[in-house]
Amino acid sequence: MAVLEVKNVTFSYDGVNKILNDVNLVLNDGELVCLLGVSGGGKTTLFNIIAGLLEPQQGQVLLNGEDITGQSGKVSYMLQKDMLLPYRTVEDNVALPLIIKGMKKKEAREKVGAYFEEFGIEGTQKRYPVELSGGMKQRAALLRTYLFSAQVALLDEPFSALDTLTKSEMHRWYLDVMDRIKLSTLFITHDVDEAILLSDRIYLLDGMGGLTDEIVIKEPKPRRKEFVLSEEFLQYKRDIIAKIYAGKTDV
Amino acid sequence: MSAKLRSTISKVAPRVGIFVLILAVWYCVCRFTGIPKFILPSPGDVIGAFRDDWRLMLSHARVTLTETMIGLFVGILIGFLTAVLMDRFALVRKTVYPLIVVSQTIPTVAIAPMLVIWLGYEMLPKIVLIVLVVFFPIAISLLQGFSEVDKDTVNLMRSMGASRMQIFRYVKLPNSLGHFFSSLKISVSYAVVSAVVSEWIGGTEGLGCYMTRVRKSFASDKMFAVIILISVISLILIWLTEVIQHACMPWEKAHYHHRRTIE
Ligand SMILES: Nc1ncnc2c1ncn2[C@@H]1O[C@H](COP(=O)(O)OP(=O)(O)OP(=O)(O)O)[C@@H](O)[C@H]1O
Ligand SMILES: [Mg+2]
Repeated sequence: MAVLEVKNVTFSYDGVNKILNDVNLVLNDGELVCLLGVSGGGKTTLFNIIAGLLEPQQGQVLLNGEDITGQSGKVSYMLQKDMLLPYRTVEDNVALPLIIKGMKKKEAREKVGAYFEEFGIEGTQKRYPVELSGGMKQRAALLRTYLFSAQVALLDEPFSALDTLTKSEMHRWYLDVMDRIKLSTLFITHDVDEAILLSDRIYLLDGMGGLTDEIVIKEPKPRRKEFVLSEEFLQYKRDIIAKIYAGKTDV
Repeated sequence: MSAKLRSTISKVAPRVGIFVLILAVWYCVCRFTGIPKFILPSPGDVIGAFRDDWRLMLSHARVTLTETMIGLFVGILIGFLTAVLMDRFALVRKTVYPLIVVSQTIPTVAIAPMLVIWLGYEMLPKIVLIVLVVFFPIAISLLQGFSEVDKDTVNLMRSMGASRMQIFRYVKLPNSLGHFFSSLKISVSYAVVSAVVSEWIGGTEGLGCYMTRVRKSFASDKMFAVIILISVISLILIWLTEVIQHACMPWEKAHYHHRRTIE
């Protein structure tokens, strides 16, 4: 069942140059779907539209069939930068969505405290973001996004700032957590391997403001450890790269 | 522990040393040149002046401090409101900003006599002067802090459904505290000086009035004493501002250590 639908969305910042041109996209319940495309292709712009921060010139965003175009506060959004507020402790950062919804600070802290262990940042509650490593900041930001507890989460390159080792550790952890919390997620990345490893489906940007047909990753979840080294994985990768070049998108 | 002690000593020693040196030179000049007391009183004379007159000085200081605190408080309040309005309404910013910049070119000392003529010899003209001096740096620094916030941080807040008030409270306000306190530290000493200057011009109470009197009787030792007292009051107020700053910005410590380790 479709939770989120983007229908015929067209967008331009200056009224001339179409960053997005007739974009259509579906996210089903519990699915993890990836948007893969070159830098400057309009991925963040599309997320800003879904999150209601920008209004498209044409088209609609539907959440459970209801039109939410231009309305913010309906989906959880993790922006491209990790964006923890530097003057709030980690727990107060994570609790921010609850506090904004009107929960008392003390209650919010208690509620978020229960998740620190699962998200692997136990003990950082009273620290400030500058005192955390890149991976920990990312986990905290993910926890905050999760605690906004909308039905749909948008993650804009959540792992791209991390080094390769931390990144693959985060991938394993993330698959594990997602297996338990089953959040419907749209996910942006530059990284083809990451896209194949994490997603149920992948949309490619065609480089002209639209999306290509989606690629379905049939590998069941939870994904086995050797998946990244398997022949199927390589086949997906070959397909994707071929499509990217066929669509004359330059990587 | 001993390493910590050593680092404290190496920090404090130069500061204390320079004071001791100045005092020693000052003492020697008075002692060996036979310069008259009314031109340059010796450190001993100044201490004597404190001993003789401290009750009187403190009662004047109380008046000056009251003016300073009220002036600071009102100045901060008006500065804050001005900054909020300028941040919220572009029209207010466009009209008010140039006005307050121009108003700052008017020298304080020049308007003080007019204020006395308009508002009398009591506290009011002094407080008004302090407010005029204080509100400008406060308003400008707060406005800078408000408008400097990262666009993406505001987007993040909006994506969580935050209202304008919540964005102000959770992002703009904490973001501007650093600027606010730096300008407050400067404003505090300006406020004390403004209080004293306005007391020179009119009135019967306050350290400025005391200064006028001792100057007329050529009591230079008392003059020195009251100048030192004014400095000490400013220093204490600046120190208090820092204490309040640390209480309001508990994250600063973490950021400071972070910067240190990067360096
Ligand atoms: N606020 C803006 N005003 C005008 N143009 C913009 C704005 N934001 C982005 N753009 C332009 O829109 C295009 C798409 O930007 P966007 O940030 O959506 O790309 P992206 O796919 O997220 O890229 P990246 O992978 O580098 O994050 C770029 O050419 C960019 O220069
Ligand atoms: Mg982007």
